Amino acid sequence: MRSITLGQYYPVESPIHKLDPRVKLAVTLLYVFSLFFAKGPVGYLIAAFFLALYICVSNVPFSFIVRGLKPIIFLLIFSVIFNVLLTPGEVLARFWIFRITKEGLSLAFYMGIRLIFLIIGSSMMTYTTTPNQLTDGLEKSLGFLRKVHFPIHEISMMMSIALRFIPILVEETDKIMKAQMARGADFEEGNLIQRAKNLIPLLVPLFISAFRRATDLAMAMEARCYHGGEGRTKMKPLHYERRDFVAYGAAACYLGLIIVARVLL
Amino acid sequence: MGIIKTAKLIYEYVQHDEENKVAEVNRAVDAVDIDIETGEFVAVLGHNGSGKSTLAKHMNALLLPTEGTIWVGEDDTKNEGALWKIRQTAGMVFQNPDNQIVASIVEEDVGFGPENMGVETRKIWERVDESLKAVGMTAYRTFSPNRLSGGQKQRVAIAGVMAMRPKCIVLDEPTAMLDPNGRKEVIRTVRELNEKENITVILITHYMEEAISADRIIVMDDGKVVMEGKPKEVFSQVDRLKEYRLDVPQMTELAFELRKEGLTLPEDILTIEEMVEALCRLR
Repeated sequence: MRSITLGQYYPVESPIHKLDPRVKLAVTLLYVFSLFFAKGPVGYLIAAFFLALYICVSNVPFSFIVRGLKPIIFLLIFSVIFNVLLTPGEVLARFWIFRITKEGLSLAFYMGIRLIFLIIGSSMMTYTTTPNQLTDGLEKSLGFLRKVHFPIHEISMMMSIALRFIPILVEETDKIMKAQMARGADFEEGNLIQRAKNLIPLLVPLFISAFRRATDLAMAMEARCYHGGEGRTKMKPLHYERRDFVAYGAAACYLGLIIVARVLL
Repeated sequence: MGIIKTAKLIYEYVQHDEENKVAEVNRAVDAVDIDIETGEFVAVLGHNGSGKSTLAKHMNALLLPTEGTIWVGEDDTKNEGALWKIRQTAGMVFQNPDNQIVASIVEEDVGFGPENMGVETRKIWERVDESLKAVGMTAYRTFSPNRLSGGQKQRVAIAGVMAMRPKCIVLDEPTAMLDPNGRKEVIRTVRELNEKENITVILITHYMEEAISADRIIVMDDGKVVMEGKPKEVFSQVDRLKEYRLDVPQMTELAFELRKEGLTLPEDILTIEEMVEALCRLR
């Protein structure tokens, strides 16, 4: 479980790492939309080029990014196969009840690429942004919600704490699993219902310990004068710099290209 | 008056049954009178359930006394207006290093306290630099806490408290979950802060070895302070300590046993060096 690289922060120095998290949030969102908007080989080429540029500038090694795709490989294969087999159209080959169509192949191809770009594009954000920056960015860009009494600070604090505790809880799950396995618990056999039942001795201690950690953490935070977002200053306050506007510009250019490609082709 | 002072401090854990009636009253701290001077290094010893952690939580106003009073700095902890001032004066480090680190980057965690206090950004960085340097963790400032050892994490937690510029640090069994190396690391750091920065240290522990270097030891049992004094005075009373289910440092124990066998050794041996010296002097 620890080999999952998806959603982790990759600490290197790069212009992308230094960007304001709000920029990265906006660009990521824009990129995701653009993927659904892009059409035909040119559109996807532009998307691929933009992503490649982004990766190059970010200094995150490509192998690390590819490893991040591992957890979705099943989903990927699944959706590709379904698209290949279940799209009606000009039949290229058939066996038993399945038909492989030309449209199916191309749809599956684009679908696969879109999914891969989607995952890479959005995980690039987490690779290059610390969870704290990310939640800071969210808090600031959604700050207007506070006016309607939406607890945006609290939510972003919760998010950053959740992100901080994921690896700890993963490790803990590992430990409990081994402890239960040492006493004869079996997490791999039986049908689905049985397996789900077998998870109870794993989940109960995990939850208890999570609650205990929460109490401890709450106390530690209070001891360090935490009292909500009011009157709080920032160690790393967000303010736009030139590179942020450059990044916005680049993103706008990209979006323009995609739109042009769609309209013209 | 010292930095922390208590007068007849009593704290009761009250358990309610289903009808919200009092089912059980558990007196965790019972009429404690202590007075801790600025710059002192005080170790509080006690067996599990002796009330030492409960006492520690009073020093940070995490718990308020059922009866009696505790003053931190000049403020009574019952005075709600002084709450944040009290928590700034007396910082607290807890047992589990994982459960007290808030941020995912070492320096951001150290900055958490000053952020809450509303310190200006530029000053936060100054404080973070200083505190990381004081605990010798500057090289790890951009690391994720998950990649640090237990001892290192605990030092980060200490830096997080130091960044609030406290006069006093209360450490509630900071080494209980660490390996021997981590334990030494943390105690050395605390010792240094006490000596160099003149921070008052209150170290709650059940490791006798950690208490040896303290200026003063307070022994608690069943919520009461039962012994108090310099390490040598306290540890020389081996019989009494055993009564409170506490160990004594190895060398003190050895001297105690040897004395029983008829050797004339002084009662206040704490370290190996002192033991060697005493043994050499025998003839």
